[in-house]
Amino acid sequence: MEEFSNLMHGFSVALTWGNLGFMLVGLLLGVLIGVLPGLGGANGVAILLPLTFSMNPTSAIIMLSCIYWGALFGGAITSILFNIPGEPWSVATTFDGYPMAQQGRAGEALTAAFTSSFVGALFAVIAITFLAPLLARFALQFGPPEFFAVQMLTFCSFVGMSKDPPIKTLAAMMLGFALAAVGMDSVTGQLRMTYGFPQLLKGFDFLIAVIGLFGIGEILLTMEEGLSFKGKSAKINPRVVWHTWKELFRYKRTFLRSVLIGCWMGITPGGATPASFMSYGMARRGARDKDAFGKGNIEGVVAPETAAHAAGTSALLPMLTLGIPGSPTAAVLLGGLLIWGLQPGPLLFVEQKDFVWGLIASMYLGNLVGLIVVLTTVPFWAAILRIPFSIIAPVIVVICAIGAYTVHNSIFDVIMMLVFGVLGYLFKKLRYPLAPLVLALVLGDMAESSFRQSMLLSQGGLSIFFSNWLVGSLMVLALFLLVLPGWGAFKNFLRAREARGA
Amino acid sequence: MEQENEAARTGLARRWPEAGVALLLMAGGIVVITDSLRVGIGWADDGPLAGYFPFYIGLVLVLASAWNLFQAARHWKKDVVLFATWPELRDVVSMLVPMTIFVVAVAFLGLYLPSALLLAYFMRRHGSFGWLATLAISAGVPVTAFLLFERWFLVPLAKGPIEAWLGF
Repeated sequence: MEEFSNLMHGFSVALTWGNLGFMLVGLLLGVLIGVLPGLGGANGVAILLPLTFSMNPTSAIIMLSCIYWGALFGGAITSILFNIPGEPWSVATTFDGYPMAQQGRAGEALTAAFTSSFVGALFAVIAITFLAPLLARFALQFGPPEFFAVQMLTFCSFVGMSKDPPIKTLAAMMLGFALAAVGMDSVTGQLRMTYGFPQLLKGFDFLIAVIGLFGIGEILLTMEEGLSFKGKSAKINPRVVWHTWKELFRYKRTFLRSVLIGCWMGITPGGATPASFMSYGMARRGARDKDAFGKGNIEGVVAPETAAHAAGTSALLPMLTLGIPGSPTAAVLLGGLLIWGLQPGPLLFVEQKDFVWGLIASMYLGNLVGLIVVLTTVPFWAAILRIPFSIIAPVIVVICAIGAYTVHNSIFDVIMMLVFGVLGYLFKKLRYPLAPLVLALVLGDMAESSFRQSMLLSQGGLSIFFSNWLVGSLMVLALFLLVLPGWGAFKNFLRAREARGA
Repeated sequence: MEQENEAARTGLARRWPEAGVALLLMAGGIVVITDSLRVGIGWADDGPLAGYFPFYIGLVLVLASAWNLFQAARHWKKDVVLFATWPELRDVVSMLVPMTIFVVAVAFLGLYLPSALLLAYFMRRHGSFGWLATLAISAGVPVTAFLLFERWFLVPLAKGPIEAWLGF
């Protein structure tokens, strides 16, 4: 049980008064971000990242990951009380959560949502505790071709699994890679695509892109939809909580299924949003009383919330062990690690034991503290949502501008944030997915260097990607996912021709 | 009334922004390819040149965008889906224009004054707030930002001539 003693050591790192304080601040900021429209997990963490520049990395990542948990919890509040999903992964929670609030069962719905989130995250953290060291040890044997194959698999699965048009997914991804390539080439030192602009020497920072694409883009979308908040009031007292907890024991199977879906979707870069929909769908299919769903069934809150949190948490597993984030927010956390000079990947588990286990221990603590914090502060957050949009909207714009500026103390970044904001609005409306763009922007340099190193090893032959069973099977799986949408289109085409012929 | 209903139903057809974004991405891809050719896409003595990887990225970007453009063009006449109605677009522009002015102002005046002005503008233009509430909130937010960032977390924010005159 080496993991267990490591974990205990981690608790001793995380359990200092200072770190507990940062945890609490992070959670409160996170719930605030999750509740406000236009600020979500990814751009919220990106905006607050500069706050941590002066901290030590362990405290910083504890605070940032707590912001992330807080945002996951916060999304549930707006979906249930206001029928507004604060985060894309809480859309499925509105289906049954809001009807429950309408029936005056808001307290029950919120308790169920928070508890499910906690259970989902808890199981995902347990999975991380025991799987991460194994995966890291395994990945220590990886060479450049293996790393490139894993990255290839990540990106191909976006094309193969995404609900958005595959060619648009591909285009968005390539834009991310292209933006990542701007600036000085790390191998040859040559300038690429700067066209004489000194501002472009450092390239495009993905934090700016995240703040613009998700923050400003979302505000523009919200303006278009003409949002007005009409919320239900929430009262949670210990009796409701206790009563709901007793009821939740009946849904053991739903919990288990949702945790499994969530963990799987989080580790493979499916992400929390599809996980929540899939889990909701499976719960409905498996239920005896299908018609109760959508009308305020508590199981319809449990399933998506459990899966979303399990996915959101387990997205950190590939981020820590392989350096490949499973979601945009995990990508931002990865960016934070790079800024503090920590190289995510298998070596992190050998060289930075304090940091890794401190982080994992803080996941246990952060979720427990988070559950208590949100259960006790719900009325306060509901009150924040009653602030008129004419105040919230400019405040969010100001916060985004502050976030963009503080990354590099550069005004140029603030302008770029606006450009990315308009792009984000257009992309969202035209169904270009944003997640692959952000991941490509983060991983672009890494993917390029592992590809170039592989090419150096093989003197330019692509056969190196099929030189042993591991890299070969990863590549075959990646290519399969890449052509999967094409195969579907081809079948449709054949069927259409047959129908016309007959 | 009649006119208003008419305005609500008509809007910008989706094919225009669809084609525009595809062309934009295609132009981006061409920029990438051109510059990759400049730095070299081949093989030097010590390994691949700087343009080796981006060249293919640009190529795929151009091809994917060409396909998206082709799809938009193919359904050009049939595509009646709206991107957004005119009133919706007006709301978006009513956000985008002050936001752009704000960003330009930040470049010259620092962050604090433009933030206060942006808040005041929104509260007067889109909300029904009295002058007192407007003044309190539009001054309160920048002051809070100052305390939170510059005082407690020691992160400097953009400052302009006014802050310099005040001695910060």
